[in-house]
Amino acid sequence: MTDTALSSAPSAPRKGGSLLELDARTKRRNAAEARFRIYGLAAIGVGLFFLVALLYAIVTNGVGAFQQTSFELRIDLRQEVLDPEGNGKIEDIQQVKTFAYAPLIRQALLDEIAKHDIDTPLSEAKVTGFSSPLDKLFSSGAVGNLRDRVLADPSLIGQTIDMRVLASSRVDGYMKGRVSRESIARDKNLDAVHLDLVDALIADGVVTKSFNLAFITGPDASDARPEQAGMGVSMLGSFFMMLVVLFLSLPIGVAASIYLEEFAPQNRFTDLIEVNISNLAAVPSIVFGILGLAVFIQFVHLPQSAPLVGGLVLTLMTLPTIIISTRASLKSVPPSIRDAALGVGASKMQAVFHHVLPLAMPGILTGTIIGLAQALGETAPLLLIGMVGYIASNYPDGIAAGFLAPNSAMPAQIYEWAKRADPAFYERAWGGIIILLVFLMTMNIIAILLRRRFERRW
Amino acid sequence: MYDTPDLERTTVTQEVKISARNCQVFYGETHAIKDVDVDIEDKTVTAFIGPSGCGKSTFLRCLNRMNDTIDICRVEGTILLDKEDIYDPKVDPVQLRAKVGMVFQKPNPFPKSIYDNIAYGPKIHGMARSRADLDEIVEKSLRRGALWDEVKDRLKEPGTGLSGGQQQRLCIARAVATEPEVLLMDEPCSALDPIATAQVEELIDELREQYSVVIVTHSMQQAARVSQKTAFFHLGNLVEYGETGQIFTNPKDKRTESYITGRIG
Amino acid sequence: MSDSMKDPHIVRSYDRDLETIQALIMKMGGLVEAAILEAAQSLETRDEELAESVRNGDRAIDELEEKINEEAARLLALRQPSAGDLRTVLSVMKISANLERIGDYAKNMAKRTGVLLQMTPIDGSAGATRRMAKAVEMMLKDALDAYIQRDTELAQDVRLRDQEVDQMYNALFREFLTFMMEDPRNITACMHLHFIAKNIERMGDHVTSIAEQVIYLVSGRLPEDDRPKADRTAFETSGAK
Repeated sequence: MTDTALSSAPSAPRKGGSLLELDARTKRRNAAEARFRIYGLAAIGVGLFFLVALLYAIVTNGVGAFQQTSFELRIDLRQEVLDPEGNGKIEDIQQVKTFAYAPLIRQALLDEIAKHDIDTPLSEAKVTGFSSPLDKLFSSGAVGNLRDRVLADPSLIGQTIDMRVLASSRVDGYMKGRVSRESIARDKNLDAVHLDLVDALIADGVVTKSFNLAFITGPDASDARPEQAGMGVSMLGSFFMMLVVLFLSLPIGVAASIYLEEFAPQNRFTDLIEVNISNLAAVPSIVFGILGLAVFIQFVHLPQSAPLVGGLVLTLMTLPTIIISTRASLKSVPPSIRDAALGVGASKMQAVFHHVLPLAMPGILTGTIIGLAQALGETAPLLLIGMVGYIASNYPDGIAAGFLAPNSAMPAQIYEWAKRADPAFYERAWGGIIILLVFLMTMNIIAILLRRRFERRW
Repeated sequence: MYDTPDLERTTVTQEVKISARNCQVFYGETHAIKDVDVDIEDKTVTAFIGPSGCGKSTFLRCLNRMNDTIDICRVEGTILLDKEDIYDPKVDPVQLRAKVGMVFQKPNPFPKSIYDNIAYGPKIHGMARSRADLDEIVEKSLRRGALWDEVKDRLKEPGTGLSGGQQQRLCIARAVATEPEVLLMDEPCSALDPIATAQVEELIDELREQYSVVIVTHSMQQAARVSQKTAFFHLGNLVEYGETGQIFTNPKDKRTESYITGRIG
Repeated sequence: MSDSMKDPHIVRSYDRDLETIQALIMKMGGLVEAAILEAAQSLETRDEELAESVRNGDRAIDELEEKINEEAARLLALRQPSAGDLRTVLSVMKISANLERIGDYAKNMAKRTGVLLQMTPIDGSAGATRRMAKAVEMMLKDALDAYIQRDTELAQDVRLRDQEVDQMYNALFREFLTFMMEDPRNITACMHLHFIAKNIERMGDHVTSIAEQVIYLVSGRLPEDDRPKADRTAFETSGAK
């Protein structure tokens, strides 16, 4: 038992040595363990550092997207412009295009300038006409917003209403620090004159930054109008896709898993299937995209860019994950429960459905939600079926359209924005990432809550 | 002057409930049970004893076809329950297991309420037509399991919240709920402390008035305390089968004597 | 049974087994007590039939002893009793052995009585014998009562009373010596009577042994002091010259 050969070495423990003194071997071992603990802490530290850096970058870059600059104006909705006939008929009012609304906004701005006594060359700018230097201050979609508001409530005609008019993206950039006086020197969208006016108006409280709900709920906008771009439609697209994934992959995955675990005979064929399922989980996601293109769009002729197709492709991607996690949950149910059920005279099917499945439910739910969360963030498979690059600018009308009308998805939308030139879109891309992360965190929290709720002691 | 209680040992033989002839069990290539012939009597506690790996649990599991769940297990020979061959292809194991109940080594109540634990078996066998019927079955079973008084006002609580001995009695009550004729018990007390063990043994003594009980135990002392007939298994063979008092005071086979006195493992 | 003053066993059949074996002892004790009294009575009343029935009755006593041993072995094998339960079984086995010996002495008494009845009676001896037998029977009765009630004081008392029996035997011994010296024709009868008296004295020793088993049962150890003996006949030298 004791190595007599080592006893000559000075560090070998003396027989009968005092417990109160640490011998050299123990000291070395303790030192090694302390060092290992430090390595572990350092590793955690590095991970935490990068996590914090990532979150910091996301938040600082993206939080700006949730605020939008606008002008608080009082617009006089002159009846002779908007309803020349004066008969209040909606068809006639609709004939008045945005072209006619522009002067109203310009006039309102001039009124503000006058009211606050701002000295600016723009106070001489013309109001009517196709274009005016004042237009550069507003979003090009502002007139459309005004027209929509009037058409929604024609009784407003003849009144003076308060409205927040969206500022143009350069003004917005100026407020947020993206745009500086030096940078606009080469920019044809805005001049120093405009910026002076904006400064004065900021001081007078006409130009304000406010919470931009439209970013979360609104549709995407074209290149020219980044200030109006929103995630809303693509969020719906993701939502419908997730519904498809949930209602297809959960039953199919769980059923396949139950069959493989409980009923499949132990032969080469079953082994082959199991090996392939594990491999499927490792297949690059773009391959699923090609598969989706070939099968769902070209063979089955489903509509392109539809959330239904996206959902189907993502189902194929999520299935292996769900099958593997379900199998792990089923395996973790102790066999004593199965034995007890069989001993009472339940058939195999009854034992599985009445006893094993309810106990495996927390694990299955967790696996499903994690699979869904992964699917939510996938972009590559959507590439080939047309959901990336599609400008999601229209809300789908109705549930069926929700599945079949072309749409985009959240990660795809983020990618789209990141590609565009305007730095305002860049900010929106970060904002979109924040929204996506909020979604993922919510799903994970739901997963944890569900698991706690269904956890049963056995 | 003093009344002598009736000393007549139940040498009256009960009728045979399960009869095995020439029984063999193979696990793949391994011959686990060899040439077992045994007659298990009704209203009697029969104990299977023997060293680890001797095949007593394997043979027990043949009696309610639990070995069917193991793919590589093959059973040959005849096992008759009330003169019907339980391995006949026409027999559905599910129906058999309603007649032959089983209690396992580790108490395994379902993670449901106490009521649902007992009610599950009768429900899937269609034994109750109404809620009142089910209530009655649950009460009857819990009384037979010597558990009613302890749990009658907490039937909705989870079965897993009971103590170890109570859980095992719950499993026994669950097994008798399907009105079986035979009760198989695979080392039912090995996970219990001595007091709980004594309670279960007293329960087994009461149960034998109605059922044929077969109990596998690695404790010879328990077999001695609880059974009327004992079968000694060794290396897959049934070495000796006889009345418990005789086996433990004067066994006929040398191997039995060696095992009982602790000379062979 | 005073053991039921303690909590019963959880497994009730264990209690039943213990009660069975103790009931057997009590039954055997009853038979033995009767045998002692009847043997003495048959000598005093010169009743040949009674003596005959005592001789035959010994078989029942022997059978009971065998039965008790069988039951005790079974109890040990099947129940593995410990502590008080173990002492109960061990004491039952010893007491039954003692009772069986007492029964044999009673049978022997009856046999010699049968012989004596064919000779002329010796005056006074039968009465003394009967008194001695009665004393032993009372001791036995008390010993068995002490056993049932687990009463160590009563048992100790029984132990001490053996001295009286021993003294009665001393007296009878001297009396028989006197008779024999008076008339040599009495020698045969006196020899038989002496053996009878000796048997009774031996019975008393066995009863003392039973009382000691009671003390062992209750306290877990046999009494430490030596048995009080008053039998001085081993040292008697009077009359022999």
